[in-house]
Amino acid sequence: MSAPALLAGVLPAEVADDWWTRIFDFSDYGALLALVHNSLLAGLVLGLVGGLVGVFVMQRDLAFAVHGISELSFAGAAAALLLSIDVMLGAVLGSVVAALVIGLLGTRARDRNSIIGVLMPFGLGLGVLFLALYPGRAANKFGLLTGQIVAVDSTRLSLFLVIAAVVVAGLVAIWRPLTFASVDPDVAAARGVPTRALGLGFMLLLGLAVALAVQVVGALLVLSLLITPAAAATRVSASPVAVPLLSVAFAVTSAVGGILLALGGSVPISPYVTTVSFVIYVVCRIVGDARTRRGWARRAAAASEAEVAAA
Amino acid sequence: MSTAAAPLELERARLAYGKRVVWSDVDLTVRPGEFLTVLGPNGSGKTSLLRAILGLTPLSGGRLTIMGAPPRRGSRAVGYIPQQRLIDPSTPVRARDLVRLGLDGDRWGIGGRRTRERVDALLAAVGATAYADVPLGMLSGGEQQRVRIAQALGTEPALLLCDEPLLSLDLKHQHEVTALIHAMRRERGTAVVFVTHEINPVLPYTDRVLYLAPGGHAIGAPDDVLTSAQLSALYGTPVDVLHSQGRVVIVGGDDEHVHHVEEAQE
Repeated sequence: MSAPALLAGVLPAEVADDWWTRIFDFSDYGALLALVHNSLLAGLVLGLVGGLVGVFVMQRDLAFAVHGISELSFAGAAAALLLSIDVMLGAVLGSVVAALVIGLLGTRARDRNSIIGVLMPFGLGLGVLFLALYPGRAANKFGLLTGQIVAVDSTRLSLFLVIAAVVVAGLVAIWRPLTFASVDPDVAAARGVPTRALGLGFMLLLGLAVALAVQVVGALLVLSLLITPAAAATRVSASPVAVPLLSVAFAVTSAVGGILLALGGSVPISPYVTTVSFVIYVVCRIVGDARTRRGWARRAAAASEAEVAAA
Repeated sequence: MSTAAAPLELERARLAYGKRVVWSDVDLTVRPGEFLTVLGPNGSGKTSLLRAILGLTPLSGGRLTIMGAPPRRGSRAVGYIPQQRLIDPSTPVRARDLVRLGLDGDRWGIGGRRTRERVDALLAAVGATAYADVPLGMLSGGEQQRVRIAQALGTEPALLLCDEPLLSLDLKHQHEVTALIHAMRRERGTAVVFVTHEINPVLPYTDRVLYLAPGGHAIGAPDDVLTSAQLSALYGTPVDVLHSQGRVVIVGGDDEHVHHVEEAQE
């Protein structure tokens, strides 16, 4: 039974048909594919960046910060649109400023959350103001919030790739001490790791990553590529090698898969990306819970007790 | 014994924040393999002492050396065991990863796989092999502290700093953890500086006590320092030291145990 027929069961036939073709319509797919070549590449790269950054967002408990930064990134992009300068530049400026403010003022989790709570509505409000003043096409406005399929054209793609390369190279360079500082801050500081500088450095990289994600999925749904994949990966593994690899695989699947699905419809790209990403999370959660029930933490407790007695 | 080889040496050491002197005129030489227990109420400078040894806080006066050299951030001659803290079970760090971070977590880059044998040996030495691959957040408090001992021993330090490692552990695990630290210092000749509120779990292993108090400090064997006369003098108020079934109970002066538990739960 086809999906339109399923929908037809609960809705008047012509409405169901219309909804369905707006969400999924794969006629002329080949021709469309050629048009979004750049977006696919951007999605692939964004998956790599988001998957890696997400691992540290989870470890450092920065989910709310990501959301706050993306709203400021939206304000920056909206301002750029209004001033007729490069939208990506505006997005980058907005998110880097937000990331550094959060990083500098919010070293303790409680301070950080209140600062984000103060910044976020302000940023969103500014963005709304700039968009209201912008005389251009409405599609451009909506795209900043919910993503657009052809957001990344050839001229912007190279800037996109350069920023992505900076984020990945920066993360690789500070990977070990940043992991140490994130999961074990007391001992890391005792071992001479510059925990505060690393925290700020990471906020900068996070700001750049958010600005990239805003281009593709829009400011409201950045979390689906910067958190959900890493959260899904940590449900099924605790290995420091497997978690980043799985997280990247999940983020790439969500971003590229979402774009490919979005081609067949006339609604924005983000529902496809967020749904793929959410389904992956749900599956990982079920797998992880089953594994925990079977005894992930099970071990030969008696053996270690015996060793103590011997010592 | 040559003083140059002393794991820790303080000479007329003084620490002050502005006009407030935390401690002063501390003269102390910790021998290899010695177990020094640091006691004292909150605010008496126990943590500041650890920070000074770690090279995170400079002294206000006097001299502090580790193996004859001034303290340095990230020195591999000093191992550090913090108090147990809650770790989210979904944090992607296993017991073996924590030990590994102690070995090379301060280096840049992603890191290779050359540390595996070393990590296995460290985990085996503390009896943590059985849960080497279990996420840290799924381990009990006692097991976590066992892993932390392995982590701290990774750089083969001459000096092991223990910063309230027994806090929020039950009695059985307190004894296990202290016995393990004792066994390691015997086996490796590592000197131990053990900061604690609870003297009793470490009393059987303690060679000397450093008691920091608002009115000064005292250094010596437990029986010499933990006396009513000595502590009354340090606190400036009457303090009773009672011995009961091999345990030491200090009454008066030091009533901040309750506060510390609250701090730990924060």
